Amino acid sequence: MAVDRDTVIRVARLARIKVPEGDLDTLAGELSNIIGWVEQLEEVDTDGIDPMASVADMKLRWRADEVTDGGIRDKVTSNASDPRDGMFSVPKVIE
Amino acid sequence: MTAPTDFTIAEARDALNAGTVSARELTEAHIAAMEAARELNAFITETPDRALEDADESDARRAKGEALGPLDGIPLAIKDLFCTEGVMTTAASHILEGFVPPYESSVSGNLRTAGSVMLGKTNLDEFAMGSSNETSYFGNVENPWRRDGDNRPLVPGGSSGGAAAAVSGRLCLGATGTDTGGSIRQPAAFCGIVGMKPTYGRCSRWGVVAFASSLDQAGPMTRSVRDAAILLGGMAGFDPKDSTSADRAVPDFEAALKVSVQGLRVGIPAEYAVDGMNSETSTLWDQGKAWLKDAGAELVDISLPHTKYALPAYYIIAPAEASSNLARYDGVRYGQRVEGDDLTELYENTRAAGFGIEVRRRILIGTYVLSAGYYDAYYIKAQKVRALIARDFTQAYEKCDVILTPTTPGPAFAAGEKSDDPIAMYLNDVLTVPASLAGLPAISVPAGLSGDGLPLGLHLIGKAFDEETMFRAAQALEDAAGFDDRPGQR
Repeated sequence: MAVDRDTVIRVARLARIKVPEGDLDTLAGELSNIIGWVEQLEEVDTDGIDPMASVADMKLRWRADEVTDGGIRDKVTSNASDPRDGMFSVPKVIE
Repeated sequence: MTAPTDFTIAEARDALNAGTVSARELTEAHIAAMEAARELNAFITETPDRALEDADESDARRAKGEALGPLDGIPLAIKDLFCTEGVMTTAASHILEGFVPPYESSVSGNLRTAGSVMLGKTNLDEFAMGSSNETSYFGNVENPWRRDGDNRPLVPGGSSGGAAAAVSGRLCLGATGTDTGGSIRQPAAFCGIVGMKPTYGRCSRWGVVAFASSLDQAGPMTRSVRDAAILLGGMAGFDPKDSTSADRAVPDFEAALKVSVQGLRVGIPAEYAVDGMNSETSTLWDQGKAWLKDAGAELVDISLPHTKYALPAYYIIAPAEASSNLARYDGVRYGQRVEGDDLTELYENTRAAGFGIEVRRRILIGTYVLSAGYYDAYYIKAQKVRALIARDFTQAYEKCDVILTPTTPGPAFAAGEKSDDPIAMYLNDVLTVPASLAGLPAISVPAGLSGDGLPLGLHLIGKAFDEETMFRAAQALEDAAGFDDRPGQR
């Protein structure tokens, strides 16, 4: 399926990446090529096949519900660009 | 006497044990080599001070009779995808420039605990997305090899291109890589070294910057099969912090090399004779079959019928997982931040400025195939094809013990040669991706040169958690090939 300009705008919005106006047509062309190429999977008969999300043949492990880490607030915020009073900061969300 | 930078890890270990070289001497020689080869751009961050401290601690341990094991005092390079406590970790992306992890990845931590010396952090394709090391924000890496009579720079492959160039160029004795669809094996083949991807779950993913979590696996990059076995032993092991880490004992991989391949059944998959494979590569494949047969193995024709669908399935699954994993780079908690009028604009501006074009392309593809209305047609379909690819291997392993193929369709290419066509670039991984989708161990062994003097690799795929058999076959290939060419000598 061809990916058009509006689709690129929609997908970029979902991905939270601002795409400059001038890149939209190029990206639409590239994404169309890639999607067109992966569509060869339609040839494969997958009736009755379960999708494989992971090769790891295991159940998730359980552990005791107890604290194993913590008390490292300053480490956690040490790489934030604008930490305030030991907290992350963002632009105002609620007026 | 062998120069310290020409040692294999095994030779350096023996020299350290014999007292004929110190960790400090080994480390100083490699720091000098690293500084002299900066035009390769193999490292994003060099850590010579830390390396010398590590080396002195190692020598002090050894002097007290408390040496830790085969990696104690061995100078290694760490791909800049492994978080290293107190040392900048970028994933070769602008968005993580300046990020200093307050913790250590489990794999690099295991290597520290084993007493190894960290020389620095190697360059890679941005977020490990690429097959030529041309997408790094910190610049291209050059392959130490050149075509005969042609001085144009060649790509080292990717994504672990800096690691491959550093090992090939004698800037370290070994390096860690990571492999999602071929990111260890393809650059190893392009640079004439050994690159090994273990079974999914063998090495912990904890603290490794995530690309596609169901595929990512760390592994060793070295100049011999024995070294790969030694280095993997130091990297592997169960880790409760990675939910997909395998709770299994780590075998003595090096000990497995003693066993011959007599009677081993080597599968030859008809479907790996792909379009676009160069004739030298297919000749080398035939040579590899003959070598293993001469060593006593039995060749078995096998079929992996869904091989041609592995690459398109991968290019749905990997970008889908990447789009989800890379959602964390939002400019709030770490990494670069570009302000905006509201929170959404802060995210959008940060991510527009922080990601390079290949990463952006893959996030958009991944977001598209996961979006409402397309999820079943693309993502679920690809996961079903993945199940068929894994089933192909399971059925093939009823008839054989290990599988032999070439690593790549052809040798290293020049910078810029494929960077305008994403699909042409993706085809580099056509022979390595199937084992990734099935989570199987695989290794590339340098086995010969192309007509214009570039290394070519042979590729062995093993059964899950049977790295030992795969290492045995790799040792037989290495012994028969007698590959001792090195870059810059012709």
